[in-house]
Amino acid sequence: MAHEGRETNLPGTLDDEVLTGWAGTAPTRATRWRPSTIGDVERHLARPWSRGIIARGLGRSYGDAAQNAGGHVVDLTGLEHLDGAGIDEGVIACDAGTSLATIMASTIPRGWFPLVIPGTRFVTVGGAIAADIHGKYRHGSFASSVVDARLVTTTGDALTIGPTADAATRPGGREKAAWAATVGGMGLTGVVTNARLRLHPIETAWLTVDTERCHDIDDCMARMLDRDDRYRYSVAWIDTMARGRNLGRAVLERANHSTRAELDSARATRPLDYVVHPEVNAPPWFPDGLVNRVTIKAFNELWFRKAPRESLAHLRSIVSFFHPLDRVIGWNRVYGHRGFLQYQFVVPYGAEAVVRRALDRFSAVAAPCFLAVLKRFESASDGLMSFPMPGWTLTVDVPTSLGGLAELLDDLDAEVVAAGGRVYLAKDSRLDRAMLPDMYPRFAEWREIQAGLDPRRTMQSDLDRRLGMVDRKETS
Amino acid sequence: MKNSLGRVESVLVLGGTSDIATATVEALIGRGTRRVVLAGRDRGRLNQRAETLRALGAEVDVHEFEALDFDAHVGVIDSVWDQHGDIDLVLLAVGALGHPDTDERDPGAVVDVIGTGFTGAASVGVATAERMRTQGHGTIVVLSSVAGERVRRANFVYGSTKAGLDGFFLGLGESLRGTGVHVMVVRPGFVHTAMTAGMKPAPLAVGPERVAADIVRGLERGSELVWSPPTMRPLMSVMRHIPRAVFRRLPI
Repeated sequence: MAHEGRETNLPGTLDDEVLTGWAGTAPTRATRWRPSTIGDVERHLARPWSRGIIARGLGRSYGDAAQNAGGHVVDLTGLEHLDGAGIDEGVIACDAGTSLATIMASTIPRGWFPLVIPGTRFVTVGGAIAADIHGKYRHGSFASSVVDARLVTTTGDALTIGPTADAATRPGGREKAAWAATVGGMGLTGVVTNARLRLHPIETAWLTVDTERCHDIDDCMARMLDRDDRYRYSVAWIDTMARGRNLGRAVLERANHSTRAELDSARATRPLDYVVHPEVNAPPWFPDGLVNRVTIKAFNELWFRKAPRESLAHLRSIVSFFHPLDRVIGWNRVYGHRGFLQYQFVVPYGAEAVVRRALDRFSAVAAPCFLAVLKRFESASDGLMSFPMPGWTLTVDVPTSLGGLAELLDDLDAEVVAAGGRVYLAKDSRLDRAMLPDMYPRFAEWREIQAGLDPRRTMQSDLDRRLGMVDRKETS
Repeated sequence: MKNSLGRVESVLVLGGTSDIATATVEALIGRGTRRVVLAGRDRGRLNQRAETLRALGAEVDVHEFEALDFDAHVGVIDSVWDQHGDIDLVLLAVGALGHPDTDERDPGAVVDVIGTGFTGAASVGVATAERMRTQGHGTIVVLSSVAGERVRRANFVYGSTKAGLDGFFLGLGESLRGTGVHVMVVRPGFVHTAMTAGMKPAPLAVGPERVAADIVRGLERGSELVWSPPTMRPLMSVMRHIPRAVFRRLPI
């Protein structure tokens, strides 16, 4: 059936699809528009778009950020032109649909690495800006790697936005405000079509990794605070099923890009060879309930025992250190038809007790969670709705079938907000909307700028509907 | 907008004075539902129910709805949507038990029971499904009954109405796959409600709160079919296969 409000005479393709985020929950139907060129977006975004429009990349947001029930999603993944003309100065220009996988494949052999990469390389640059993603690099989020970006708005304007003086000196001064509302703005200010990214020089495509086992969460945090400054990347993998005196036992992995001198002779002959083994596909279907207390306890135990008590200066590939899960395409299906959710929060330094209590709560109900991830941030971002702030960030995957999960997470939200922390909107699928202004103190400011950029409130997503992000009081 | 854990923000009840529907909405409000619309024919009783639900913290509105006035259905559904915006969940609780002892010899009474519980429900259900198709998401929860699973001599007018309703909405649910709209058919056994007051309870009789809890669990699981209590399923599976000659002698 042709749906009311479906746009016609659009260049590119249109398909009605039921969409979910990466965690496979809360499906809704939208019309996916794949424009044929970046110019198509500029020419057509100012349409009325009944039930709105939102950009969608590779669908790695866990929740409903890139869904738009009954409306349109504009999918830019086909558009990934890469311009390496500025590579010698460490800058690369690309279309917003370009994935970090494509960028890495192009820049690593030339000795350049993205400043910030998340736990999967299958994200687009547009999505990375919208969610202001972060990774194991604690000194900045994706915003810190953007030189400038092009934002197409629903008024038909194309703005150059960015944190640099170059953008701020343009007339109107709007571009800097638009930048602050767009980075971390979950796609609701318009559609980013292009960006220029700053890169980090590397001598080799290898990482020199130190691995240590931590016997509990306090030990782990103490070790991170003590010696993180020696490493560019740091991450702790926590066994969430360990209880009692083992609560929060972890394997801490910290790394720097290897220098040529650190490579053995075999690797030194081709130091910048970016090794990506072909991925394998997860089976198309998994039985519900495969992720349960027995299987996860066994997996986590095995994983903890397999890690060396301490291993220093071990050489590892980029994929093995940054993107182990990328080796299995569709790993998210392991949770069965009801899906899962990823709960991620950040709390400022001094609120370590909240991290401990969260682990305690998951462990007390024996939540069947694969490894949780603990990381640190040392700076906040430009984005008004950006997640990172100086502090500790904990990430836990939980099957949605876990009894009492809704109440448990509501309790944790209350603790997080009381400690001055927040949950990450790119992962969220269940937050109580009343929490949003407390978690994001610049929310009101963001709303005002959003309303200026999108006066007819055409940018819409399920995340926005669920949390009431966009201010719809004056229009409708 | 619904969330990943089966919670819904807005609910429309068609047949807003139903005890099972009220218990369900109470449970949903406790889990984050903020907007409720009660539609039905008895304005006074709807207002009473609305007061009870407002006391729980929800924003509640009342709408006129007559299941037998088929021509008005599209208008009712449109006006609810136009006034309230997206509706995440519609609870279809229209039905009439009738008077089992006398209805079977009264054509007009038979038409009323079937018209309310089958034709009316199907008509307003399709109107609802069309709005939900357009909004790209939504859940329709239909109160069927085990009475439709094996129709008994004692209440065959009601039972056959539920049998039709059940089959219709299971089929509608299939037809809505791929649209983002989900249908869940609920088959309660004997429930102690205003509708069954004075009747002799059948085995496994439960209160409306129990059915509400089973509905909420079905929503969390994304179920297509819910038995309440769940033990009704094996029981009815046996009942369905009892030969007619034996079945008519059973004291039920």
